[in-house]
Amino acid sequence: MSEFFTLTVLTSTVASGIRLATPFLLASLGETLGQRSGVLNLGVDGIMLLSAFGAYYTVLETGNLWLAVLVAVLLGALMGLVTAVVSVTLRAQQGISGIGVYLFGLGLSDLLFQKLVGTPVPVATFPTVEIPLLSQIPTIGEMFFSANLIVYVAFLLVPALAFVLNRTTYGTKVRAVGENPAAVDSVGLGVGRIRYSTVIVGSALAGMAGAALSIQLGIFQQNLTQGMGFIAVALVYFGAWRPVGVMAGSLLYGLVAATVLTWKTLGIIPESASDLAAMAPAVLTVLALVVVARRVRQPAALAQPFVRGG
Amino acid sequence: MPAAALAALLVGALMLLALGADVATGYRALFEGAFGSVDALTSTAIKSVPLVLVGVGICVAFRANVLNIGGEGQIVMGGLASTATALAVPDLPGPVLLPVVLLAGLVGGAIWGAIPGYLKAYFEVNEILSTIMFNIIAVQIMNYLLSGPLVDRDFSGFSLIPQTRRLSPNADLPVLVGGTQLHGGVIVALLAAVLVYVLLWRTGLGFRLRAVGLSRDASGYAGMPVKRTITLALTLSGALCGLAGAVLVFGSASHRMVTDGTATGFTGAAGFNGIVAALFGGLNPLWTILSAFVFGGLLVGGTAMQIAVQVPTALIVALNGVLVVFVVAIEDVRRRSRQRLESFVREPDGGSTAPPPAGDAVAVGVGEATDP
Amino acid sequence: MKDGMFRWARIAALVAVLAIVAAACGDDAEPADGGEATGGTTTEATGTTPAEPSEPLQVALIAPSATNDLAFTQSMFDALNLLADAENLEIAVSDNLFVVEDAATAIRTYASDGYDLVIAHGSQYGGSVEEIAAEFPEVSFAWGTAGDTFGLPNVYAYQAASDEGGYVQGVLAAGLTESKIIGVVGPIEVGDAQLYVDGFKAGVEATDPSVSVKVNYTGSFSDVALAAEAARSFVAADSDVMTGSAQMVVGAIGVASENDVAWFGTQSNQTSLAPEIVVASQVYHWEVVLQQIIDGIQAGALGGESYTIDLANGGEVIEYNDAFAVPEDVKTNADAAIEGLTSGSIETGVTLVS
Repeated sequence: MSEFFTLTVLTSTVASGIRLATPFLLASLGETLGQRSGVLNLGVDGIMLLSAFGAYYTVLETGNLWLAVLVAVLLGALMGLVTAVVSVTLRAQQGISGIGVYLFGLGLSDLLFQKLVGTPVPVATFPTVEIPLLSQIPTIGEMFFSANLIVYVAFLLVPALAFVLNRTTYGTKVRAVGENPAAVDSVGLGVGRIRYSTVIVGSALAGMAGAALSIQLGIFQQNLTQGMGFIAVALVYFGAWRPVGVMAGSLLYGLVAATVLTWKTLGIIPESASDLAAMAPAVLTVLALVVVARRVRQPAALAQPFVRGG
Repeated sequence: MPAAALAALLVGALMLLALGADVATGYRALFEGAFGSVDALTSTAIKSVPLVLVGVGICVAFRANVLNIGGEGQIVMGGLASTATALAVPDLPGPVLLPVVLLAGLVGGAIWGAIPGYLKAYFEVNEILSTIMFNIIAVQIMNYLLSGPLVDRDFSGFSLIPQTRRLSPNADLPVLVGGTQLHGGVIVALLAAVLVYVLLWRTGLGFRLRAVGLSRDASGYAGMPVKRTITLALTLSGALCGLAGAVLVFGSASHRMVTDGTATGFTGAAGFNGIVAALFGGLNPLWTILSAFVFGGLLVGGTAMQIAVQVPTALIVALNGVLVVFVVAIEDVRRRSRQRLESFVREPDGGSTAPPPAGDAVAVGVGEATDP
Repeated sequence: MKDGMFRWARIAALVAVLAIVAAACGDDAEPADGGEATGGTTTEATGTTPAEPSEPLQVALIAPSATNDLAFTQSMFDALNLLADAENLEIAVSDNLFVVEDAATAIRTYASDGYDLVIAHGSQYGGSVEEIAAEFPEVSFAWGTAGDTFGLPNVYAYQAASDEGGYVQGVLAAGLTESKIIGVVGPIEVGDAQLYVDGFKAGVEATDPSVSVKVNYTGSFSDVALAAEAARSFVAADSDVMTGSAQMVVGAIGVASENDVAWFGTQSNQTSLAPEIVVASQVYHWEVVLQQIIDGIQAGALGGESYTIDLANGGEVIEYNDAFAVPEDVKTNADAAIEGLTSGSIETGVTLVS
């Protein structure tokens, strides 16, 4: 156990946890935006998979990482548009249509991967960006300020989204649509338009999460996300629909997973118990919510399609 | 629905063409593989058994306005509990052992539903979060047990995989029609669906479940034990999924529990597909039987199509997704199911404490649907 | 129940639509007999082999993961394609069928379509093979990895002694490490992965007992991100040599490559993933087994034999990466280990029954 508390090991564990948390964070920030406006998007995992493949394939073909992120975001937005048409305009049941989107993404990403790539070839990963001065701080610098750019982007989006939701007119409209769409409609604001925007932007963030995953790894594989998108949806509930809460959930999940891995490596967790240890992030996330959260009210109109006069 | 199916088939045809496969041969194989022969119908029936069980479990939960995404984990825990029981008392005679293992599956799943239910009712832990997390926990318990305490040590090769040995033949679900694979799981599923139907619409408990689903507050004012009802809804839902797990083990061709380290490796994604079946069935247990059969046919037919035109199985997965999206998009299930919800609540129980018509209480609503 | 009636009508209509489509398609479609696979992943041999000018041997592969998994399924898929031309094989593939029921449907379909050889490539398929093989005595079945033919005359079994290759790579790894810390990324502690890892540990132990081998079973065969972070934790713990088994290791190899850590692959040749750091890969050459099975079928024997690929019969080969310079003495050690394992003077001492 004492080996764990050496600076190098602690530092790399925290850095590892932050890396693991990044795709969760991006996807659940996007889901937060959608849910605040009353749309439940269960298709996040499928969107992440398609975008992860899109990003990987773009790097493979062009070598351009930023173009890859752009492709992933656009793919996400496109899937968001589809989700919005189904959930908002056609007023479909959101749980079920989300499962459809998930299956579509799961299948199509694998199909494209097999047909366009075949045998996986590694691609370039995001370069590490050392923040001047901050990265020089002993330990802290290495833990937090020498990550790759997409990690910074993800964490900077937390205050950005909080600001948009709480301090802008657009944010007010989003929250109003999530609470009482009829009232918003009666004052002449388009419920549909606002929900379209949140779902598309939210899905674009899920797309970025996919890119964060495949380009951090430099590889794609069938079902690369392993259900991360569903965990991201769960973390929105953990974070009580607040960007900071969502960040706390993502970090908790990522850091616990990283700690477990480090302990296995150091032999603190015996090989025979490694499967049991792998459940720790899920157990702790539930426990944390049992201890911390009470009575968080969700957006009143969540998952309810809006019907004028209905 | 026909329009949706046609549209989905059209998209599928385009994808098949893009892959250079023969569309006509593919769809012919899909249909024949699902419904075209006794063998095909049997496979479809077997495939739909877990979908029916999970589906009616979903009906119970969703009717009570509890969104159970934890079917996968509950199936796994049901499978594990029944497997462990069969390993512990393999020598019990068949007429005793079979009910015992099915009951064990039921209990295993019930526990895995009860915990999130309890946490939701008494600790305000959202069930979407807890059931998704409980899926992950169940998978690791399964991996631990099937690669350790329950693993098949006598496996005759170098390569153990996470699986048990062949379980006691006394617990095999009996074959119903000689010369086919059709096993007793079909009867279990049909019985369960009918019982759940009766429970939901012919008993006080069922009325309470639906009333709580329509309006938690109103049910509370009417003096119903809301928290206990919520816990019970997820417990029952989990129990039915757990039963599906037991049927998957004792009706399988290998007569053992086996995994590839993921939930899907054991469940075949029945925990998700069951949700789809239940919603297509309008959250009515009896219609869920039919929609599960059609959906099961598509899954079985997909495998046949893959074989016939040699496209990657990934295409079938993607097509299932397209079909699901098209069907929900085109059919406005929502409005209809709301009307039905209201008519059912008023209908059989005579309504001493009929809750007020819910504003927008949706079948799948995750919301604490209350009137605005 | 009026709504229910509507639903019933709708579902009936759906079935009708499906039927119409199928019928319409049926008119101009080939009769679906003989399992004439077209397009897709089918490899049709050109039929130039003089011995078999007209009738190709129809082989179906049912596998649990994707044919491009760089691991278990790909090793068999590649082996089949390698033999396709010489043996005039017509190959059909159904991959990603981990779930036994789905695989059983596929196995039965291929058998009833008259395929000559149906390969059920997964230990979990045993029960289905036993049942279906009895129904189709004229079809030959092969399944693995396993050693049991169920006493049926039309079932072959095959397996891999992956502990042997693991042992040799352990010898190599022990010779290469300077930090004396070796990291292993594993999936779940069971089966082929465990066999390889335990063989690897034995090889290291036999060469240099002062080297410590740390194993991290992530709990998943497919979680690439977790495998990558497990590899990073080894880098942080000072490992300078790593290995791993199962399809999720592609993530770990990337990390090894970034940090200039030597890597040993298994199941398929992983050099292409990181040409600068892969030292060697234990590669399964299932064609050794397949050749024997195909010869058997052509001689009229549809099964009854059980085969193992190992170093001695060339079914397992340590394939070095030419771009990675292995010191002479280390290579000599490894050659001696291969020699010893082949002749039987060395045993890995690995058994899975723990």
